[in-house]
Amino acid sequence: MTSKLEAIDVTVRYENPRTGVVTLALSGLSLRVEPGEFLGVVGPSGCGKTTFLYCVDGLMPLSGGRILLNGRPITGPGRDRAVVFQSPSLLPWRTTLRNVTYGLELQGTPLREALDQAREMIRLVGLEGFEAYHPLELSGGMQQRVNLARALVMGAEVVLLDEPFAALDAQTREFMQAELMRIWGETRKTAVFITHQINEALYLADRVVVLSHRPGRVKSVIPVNFPRPRELRVKRTPAFLHLEDHVWSLIEEEVRGGLRSAADA
Amino acid sequence: MLEEKARLSLPASGGPGAFQEKAGGLEDRLPAPPGGVRRRLRAASRARLISTVSIVVFMLLWEGVVRLHLVNPLFTSSPTRIAAAFAQMIHEGSLGKDLRVSGSEFLLGYALAVVVGILVGVGMGWYADVAAALQPFVSALYSTPRVALIPLLIIWLGIGIWSKVAVVFLVAVFQILISTEAGVRAADESLIRTAHSFGANDRQIFTTIVLPGAVPFLIAGLRLGLGQALVGIVVGELYAATAGIGYEIAVAGETFQTDRVFVGIAILASTAILLMWGLRRLEMRFESWRPQRQGAGR
Repeated sequence: MTSKLEAIDVTVRYENPRTGVVTLALSGLSLRVEPGEFLGVVGPSGCGKTTFLYCVDGLMPLSGGRILLNGRPITGPGRDRAVVFQSPSLLPWRTTLRNVTYGLELQGTPLREALDQAREMIRLVGLEGFEAYHPLELSGGMQQRVNLARALVMGAEVVLLDEPFAALDAQTREFMQAELMRIWGETRKTAVFITHQINEALYLADRVVVLSHRPGRVKSVIPVNFPRPRELRVKRTPAFLHLEDHVWSLIEEEVRGGLRSAADA
Repeated sequence: MLEEKARLSLPASGGPGAFQEKAGGLEDRLPAPPGGVRRRLRAASRARLISTVSIVVFMLLWEGVVRLHLVNPLFTSSPTRIAAAFAQMIHEGSLGKDLRVSGSEFLLGYALAVVVGILVGVGMGWYADVAAALQPFVSALYSTPRVALIPLLIIWLGIGIWSKVAVVFLVAVFQILISTEAGVRAADESLIRTAHSFGANDRQIFTTIVLPGAVPFLIAGLRLGLGQALVGIVVGELYAATAGIGYEIAVAGETFQTDRVFVGIAILASTAILLMWGLRRLEMRFESWRPQRQGAGR
């Protein structure tokens, strides 16, 4: 069986246009994501997690290596992938409903059809009754639901999530994780979820990839075998805490290594 | 069906936090409590009442000091004298012509400024090369007091309405152009990235993100340009004209007919207020998505 998504020896270098400084963000990163799998990606801050996600979406060119989707190389953004960005990035002058239809409209879906699909998706993410609200009238958690709905409504095979809950308070964040589990359970898309919060990745994912410090490559891959559907309290079981501790020690090594190499440089 | 099941399983997987988020959301969705709305309405009508009283008191004082011979009406005129002069001017029939002349100068000049200002502003904001080509001219003309060009414009275009149309255009166009350019430049990077991710092309990014984002800037530019345009008419007509409100003010001033000067000023002031109000309505139409700002701003 071919993987849904496969990154082979991915290298990304980019130059700061102002200072001319060249950064090697990713170096020899290889990983696979199976169809319907929920992959968590964690790593020390600045390790290139978001860079990797942008590469998968086709927003950023690779300097080396390949990323294959269904065995075909990715050349740019496409309707087979959808991103949930860290900031909700909603159009403030559009209502919830029209924000959710936005991506569909861009891709030429007739408005009537887009509206029907959007209403369905708004129901799924639990925002029924808020269709006519503008983003500034919604709470942070609700804005992130709109962001999620806007990505999911595209019907993409792969959903890429870039720390979507990072800006939320701890309670809302926990709740949104459970909500994401519920929604994902209904849609069963292949998902790549970037986060710096280890327990978030372990709670959501089938496997968690730990990246090294910059330049990022895969340091280790950890299977997460808690049965689904998972309740939030799984996070407080000894097995979960043990795993979290293990991942934390892996990242800690990388943070220390990163500090050392920064000091040498 | 599926959805029903998901909802049922929510409390189990969501725990008590589930309902806290919901409750928080509900609070957000409620409009301001009715008491607050009523209080705001009451505050608005109270403000209107105070404004009206304040105007009436001012008018009475003005009329009073003249009637009591405390000041010479040759210098200050008075509300009743201004009203009488207004009636007289309508009777003479010159006012209609003045309004027509000044009105066409304003409409033609301002409309041209709006069209050119928006088009060039968008071009300069969107294309770096266009900006590079035009920036020196815009900067130079913008910093020059453009009324200094009036003698030239009159030599080129004569003392009829076209020299004034040109003055109005020149004083108004840069405010609109510069605001529009700034608005286009201020487009939100994260929204553009989102649009790219959904596969948007440049035209779609421009129409769905850049243009709507520039609207508040654009309207601010229209408002600034409007004030300048009115100044342009008067200065242009003061300098050389055969008719118009500014011309009327100039003639009346030279012959010490203060009442008539004030009629001209009143006409200009009410036109400005009316047009500003129109732009404000336009702004509110486009900005309905922005939650009402608090405070004494309006």
